[in-house]
Amino acid sequence: MATTPNRNTAAAPGAASQSGFVYLPLIAGWLIPGAGHFLLRKWYRGALLAASIIGMFALGLAMQGKLYSGAHDILDLLGLAGDLGNGLIYVLSRAAGLGAESVQVTVADWGTRFIVVAGMLNIISAIDAHNLRTGRKSL
Amino acid sequence: MISPSHFTAVVLFALFVSTVFGITMRDSPRRMFRYGIYCFAMFCCSAIVLSWLMNLIAR
Repeated sequence: MATTPNRNTAAAPGAASQSGFVYLPLIAGWLIPGAGHFLLRKWYRGALLAASIIGMFALGLAMQGKLYSGAHDILDLLGLAGDLGNGLIYVLSRAAGLGAESVQVTVADWGTRFIVVAGMLNIISAIDAHNLRTGRKSL
Repeated sequence: MISPSHFTAVVLFALFVSTVFGITMRDSPRRMFRYGIYCFAMFCCSAIVLSWLMNLIAR
């Protein structure tokens, strides 16, 4: 009986040649945007991802966007989850007191969305780095 | 504080999101670039179309 080859198994030899902690690109990519790709020597991809995510986060702050600090209701909880996706830049921005306490103008509402979306994009890029590391996505 | 226009904000949003989508959703650099351009165009076009639709509905 013929069986279809497993794609993961087929891609494993390339990934197996890399030693070290498998989840390192995932964690590094979450903490610092683009770092997961830098670890895998994907310099251009990492630089573009870092520029996009950090740029979006910085624009959100420049538009007086709000940094979620607590979960008072379900929407705040979702916003906090999105913000946490930014990793260390969210923690550093909170520590530096950046971001508005509340949304006062329309532009600040857009800025808040920019910050949340930057966090979600960072999660996507960290998972992409993990897929590259495990061989699920071709290098 | 910067105050971009609504359209500028849409274009900036589309640019950043399309860049990440292009890199993460495709394998080869050529396909990444083409998918990024496709996403950018779709973001901008849909924003313009929806804006006109809302403008017509509001009249």
